[in-house]
Amino acid sequence: MTAPVSMTDVAISVGLVVVAMVVSWRRKVGLEQDMLVATVRSFVQLIAVGYVLEFVFGGHGALTIGVLLVMVGTATLTSGSRARRVPHARKIAAVSVTAAAVATLGFLTLLGIVPTAARAVVPIGSMIISAAMNTTSLVMMRLHDDLAANRREVEARLSLGETSHEAAAPWHRAALRHGMLPSVDQTKVVGLVALPGAMTGLILAGASPFEAVRLQLVVMYMLLGGSAFAALVAGELTVRRLFTPAHQLIRSLRRTPS
Amino acid sequence: MVDRFEYADVRVDGDDGPIVAGFSARVPREGLTVIVGPSGAGKTTLLRLLNRLDDPDGGAVRYEGRDVREYDVLELRRRVQLVGQVPVTFPGTVADNLGDIDAAALLARVGLHVPLTREADRLSVGEAQRLALARALGRGPEALALDEPTSALDTASKGGIERLVRQLADDGLTVVMVTHEPRHASELADHVIEVAPLRREDP
Repeated sequence: MTAPVSMTDVAISVGLVVVAMVVSWRRKVGLEQDMLVATVRSFVQLIAVGYVLEFVFGGHGALTIGVLLVMVGTATLTSGSRARRVPHARKIAAVSVTAAAVATLGFLTLLGIVPTAARAVVPIGSMIISAAMNTTSLVMMRLHDDLAANRREVEARLSLGETSHEAAAPWHRAALRHGMLPSVDQTKVVGLVALPGAMTGLILAGASPFEAVRLQLVVMYMLLGGSAFAALVAGELTVRRLFTPAHQLIRSLRRTPS
Repeated sequence: MVDRFEYADVRVDGDDGPIVAGFSARVPREGLTVIVGPSGAGKTTLLRLLNRLDDPDGGAVRYEGRDVREYDVLELRRRVQLVGQVPVTFPGTVADNLGDIDAAALLARVGLHVPLTREADRLSVGEAQRLALARALGRGPEALALDEPTSALDTASKGGIERLVRQLADDGLTVVMVTHEPRHASELADHVIEVAPLRREDP
């Protein structure tokens, strides 16, 4: 199927959403409204993005950075509000996502694996940013919740003279693991459970499966690397925000009833 | 001689109003000082100021005549060992919990007669409390701050821990113990600091 998808095709596929909505309504799942919103939102967002990308790819490559910045900004707001109990969660998210994107994209473009053209950098960047966003949220939330739940043990460690980093180490490790696990699992089962997006796209566009596979491998390894990088940065910054410089838990964690 | 600890007009704020306000008291170097009062009077908070798990919002806490905030906090915590109400054991054996120090001598000092290879999470609460005390003593402290060290224990183990606390004070350590049991103040203590709640506790 190399023929482009027409607007009529899009309209017809909405029929599947209608089926889903009817099921939701009949079985009293209560998701009809959400499905409607999701359908309209995805339509508007993607059509708008389509226009923007068409413009950027059509000789306005200088705007690539702007597009990436908007993506990083949205990822930062999303992750920051997920982990809003962590002080300065937004700042942590901004730094972690940016660091992961710069490091991974930089590596791939400097080595010439990915061309610097907007057509390559934007979609690749978007995948890194989205993976880094998920990892950052998971790490921040897990670390906060674990330290709150294990306050007694953390403070026992502090009382024995450990630094905040030493006292937090067991939960810091667990949070990094928690944040990176989805990328690792995804990489393990790739192709067996689902043909991933980048590969599906290339195959639909008529590329040979091997060509698609090579790109997909690069994408998977890049996402693993980006996710690891985001986890490391987010973990480090989160530990710093959950303790005071005097190696005390911050007040909101100290006063949690345990 | 300068006091071991001094609370000078200390205030600690909670989420809705102060937990402790205008509190002043001295803890001498010698013997066992008991801080006694009903629950909700801020006793635990007062204890946590001694090794800086908490800091006061007003006034000052002094150690050896100097504001605790002037010390390197890690050094202060080594010298002032705080043991919490519910004993915390770390994963691993009794020996793992004690680290590279003379474990056998420490266990003897706190009267804990279990093999060093015993998994710490298999100790009874009373044994775990002794292990926590041994771990604290292993850091070579000058002062011990104990938060209701017997409240999590059954009557049989209570007496043993009380005698141990008394013994540690007699050995020359400054011991500060928080308790809600008036009996501890009348029977165990060399010095008593009474605290009263600032306001009625919410039920």
